[in-house]
Amino acid sequence: MQHTSTQDTLVGLFVAAGIAGLFFLALQVSNLSTFSEKDNYTISANFENSGGLKVRSLVSVAGVKIGQVSAISLDPKTYQSIVTMSIDAKYNNLPDDTTASIFTAGLLGEQYVNLEPGGSDTFLKNQGKIDITQPAIILEKAIGQFLFKAAEEKSE
Amino acid sequence: MIQFLQHLGENTLSGFTKLGRASYFLLQTIKGITDVLVRPRLLINQLYSVGVLSFLIICISGLFVGMVLGLQGYYTLSDFGAEETLGVMVAASLVRELGPVVSGLLFAGRAGSALTAEIGLMKATEQLSGMEMMAVDPIKRIISPRFLAGCLSMPLLAALFSAIGIIGGELVGSGLLGVDEGAYWSQMQAKLDFFDDIINGIIKSIVFGFVTSWIALFEGYDAPPTSEGVSRATTRTVVNSAFSILGLDFILTALMFGDN
Repeated sequence: MQHTSTQDTLVGLFVAAGIAGLFFLALQVSNLSTFSEKDNYTISANFENSGGLKVRSLVSVAGVKIGQVSAISLDPKTYQSIVTMSIDAKYNNLPDDTTASIFTAGLLGEQYVNLEPGGSDTFLKNQGKIDITQPAIILEKAIGQFLFKAAEEKSE
Repeated sequence: MIQFLQHLGENTLSGFTKLGRASYFLLQTIKGITDVLVRPRLLINQLYSVGVLSFLIICISGLFVGMVLGLQGYYTLSDFGAEETLGVMVAASLVRELGPVVSGLLFAGRAGSALTAEIGLMKATEQLSGMEMMAVDPIKRIISPRFLAGCLSMPLLAALFSAIGIIGGELVGSGLLGVDEGAYWSQMQAKLDFFDDIINGIIKSIVFGFVTSWIALFEGYDAPPTSEGVSRATTRTVVNSAFSILGLDFILTALMFGDN
């Protein structure tokens, strides 16, 4: 058996290293540090099609991340997709005529919501709603339409 | 035929009685934990032999597992031009699966076998009966501190394993192969959720620590008090722990990550 105080030190070191590892995982590896739940407000937008958008997808303005998608649900009446976004409270100056569109990062990348601020003087508030939206581009649909069009032109 | 049935029945019955003894043993051990809290010195001694002595093997294995993941992941991902997601791949596989499972297996091999051998030998040399003679409950004095130390050490070791593995993956990925360092971390942070991934990984490691310590201590306590019995019990600890860790891992993964 080793001397007691060295043993204590080593046990202390072990526990400290383990806790440091946990903190490292929490802060450096996961999204806990970049996104705190309390300083946010939520806005929503109805899309005709939200495509491959997922909960926790990025919400950006001019390429800068300002929040993330917190929920996606279906409107039972209009059959549109309701995308709820949680926006960082420091970006509380989005005009109420902001346009929301769903873009894809790269050809095979993740889909994200891009907001384009309009020119209105009134700002979106908590639980506010974006009226002007542009649905996700479904690649298969676009290719299908293109082929259909090309075939039609040929037959004429 | 009759002999076969007899053999089968005998094995089933002895399996059940062993399970019963193990459950009773676990109950007694958990009851004994209250006594450990009164004497923290016992716990610190065991944290040293269970945790600190496993520290090095966990760190080194974590580093190498992370480095291999970085290397292999890079070659697969670069075929799709998706090297930037290397961080996500390394971190998700470490935090969700490899961290708890590999450190659990190493823990069973390093600490579990030592616990079984120690307890088995104590029993074989009649130290446990000696304690009983002096009205000292060996479960409270010997077993419970070791059990608690195992349950506490495992999550810390698994977290260390994952953290060091992720750093190892980064060393290989961005140091050696040229993945952008910022992309490595930022993609990881964007994709990994604290509650879904990290907390679930920690829960897994707690479960594995609990099961491994239970098996190790029970096998030692239940071993026939001969040198052959102790050696067999040590083997059984490692084999049974590995089986339980891998089996439980599948069940826990299905429960935790099944719905998304």
